[in-house]
Amino acid sequence: MKRYSAFAIAREALRHHSGWQRAWRSPEPKSRYDVVIVGAGGHGLATAYYLGRRFGIKNVAVIEKGWLGGGNTGRNTTIIRSNYLQDPSAAIYEKSRSLYETLSQELNYNIMFSPRGVIMLAQTHHEVRGYQRTAHANALQGVTTEFISPRRVKELVPIINIDGPRYPVLGGLWQARGGTARHDAVAWGYARACSDMGMDIIQQCEVTGIRQTDGKVTGVSTTRGEIGCDKLGLVVAGHSGVLADMAGFRLPVESVALQALVSEPIKPCMDVVVMANTVHGYMSQSDKGEMVIGGGADGYNNYTQRGSFHHIEETVRALIETFPMISRLKMLRQWGGIVDMTGDRSPILSRTPLDGCFINCGWGTGGFKAIPGSGYGMAELMAKGYSPLTDAFGLERFREGRFIDESVAAGVAH
Amino acid sequence: MLTLRCPVCGIDADETELSPGGEAHLTRFGPDASDDDFHDYLFTRENPRGVHFERWRHSYGCGKWFHAARCTVTLEVFGTYSAQTTEPPAGIRAVIAEKRPGWSWRGLS
Repeated sequence: MKRYSAFAIAREALRHHSGWQRAWRSPEPKSRYDVVIVGAGGHGLATAYYLGRRFGIKNVAVIEKGWLGGGNTGRNTTIIRSNYLQDPSAAIYEKSRSLYETLSQELNYNIMFSPRGVIMLAQTHHEVRGYQRTAHANALQGVTTEFISPRRVKELVPIINIDGPRYPVLGGLWQARGGTARHDAVAWGYARACSDMGMDIIQQCEVTGIRQTDGKVTGVSTTRGEIGCDKLGLVVAGHSGVLADMAGFRLPVESVALQALVSEPIKPCMDVVVMANTVHGYMSQSDKGEMVIGGGADGYNNYTQRGSFHHIEETVRALIETFPMISRLKMLRQWGGIVDMTGDRSPILSRTPLDGCFINCGWGTGGFKAIPGSGYGMAELMAKGYSPLTDAFGLERFREGRFIDESVAAGVAH
Repeated sequence: MLTLRCPVCGIDADETELSPGGEAHLTRFGPDASDDDFHDYLFTRENPRGVHFERWRHSYGCGKWFHAARCTVTLEVFGTYSAQTTEPPAGIRAVIAEKRPGWSWRGLS
């Protein structure tokens, strides 16, 4: 594979861009692989990438029923942060954030990581105490965050109204090294690197069954034939329950729609990410100038990839008080993604009752930020059978009462 | 917007008037239950792509709980029924069988 570089751009400019290669191959599935990953979203591709790059397993296929990165990877609001409360969460999200910092160089693919900083607004006294506690916890975990005053919030975000009658800004949890990245590029970059290692990425290939012998996985049945494997990784977010059903076990996961919307593009007005969890809204400005707004999740199970209208109204109504200038913006697009919610709002990276079958799901409303860390941990778990990053996130934690309760940090906004 | 008819007061209520209450017809295991039963009661939930039975509360109306049968893919509502039952009534099941032949949910069909 040819590397992307300034030199390559100059070379192609001189020959009418005739020399660019496809970023990844689209091969026919082979009959057998060492590892099959179901789900070519960010998490699945990252798992495959680290399996090959760090753990030496390159005979890998990633299969996807739709198109690469077409699920929640292409539907999220691209926020990256690691200011979680519990130690296992901080470990995996901070690993992820630190991998993001050098990911463009590592993959030779510009993922447009922009460490512009993330503020989580405290708009009630309860939140002030909660975020002060998180800041202290982060200090102990080695994650750099600080609790900042309303005045400092106003300096960082001049367009904010800190004296709102219903939702005054009382402070904020500031993570200067958080930010955003180009979500599609993360999937594309991993896919290109996986393909370069000889892995097969097979799109439009739906899994219809999981084959097993004596309690051990032997392969998958798909719409493009039978594919054998020694180890199987299920990394399919919202549809995890459907695949778990095929594998013969149940999950403590329910799927709901989470939605987001973007405005028309405007001139640069806000160069940080602002999250307002009290009002279920969060906003950043994309490089194109659109205001990217994330809203709340529906409270009931559904697979519609749309989301309810009244959640948009609630989100926008509340954000207008905090950001009065957006009241005249036209909204261009609205969409939804299916997020898989666990009881403690923390993910599941685990072995399963089916030997050789591993699952990575339950990222709920905040999976994008975790892609590199989750992929790394999942790859280590699948290659070695143990990973310090994922150990606390096993399926058995519910039975054993070892919840990783992030409902405050993760239940609402991302 | 999702609209459910409250079987208690008979009003067609928008989802803004209602509070979702999760999976219906759970068997409530207590302290004497096995670990597996208690774990499943507390944490494991049906998450079907299709027919689903749920509890809802008409919180900004009559305040009463009721049950609803719904499709999680199309949001089509098959019917609502009283909370005072441990399984969906035959009428609701007939409606579902007509619209979703071959449906099943937790051993029901």
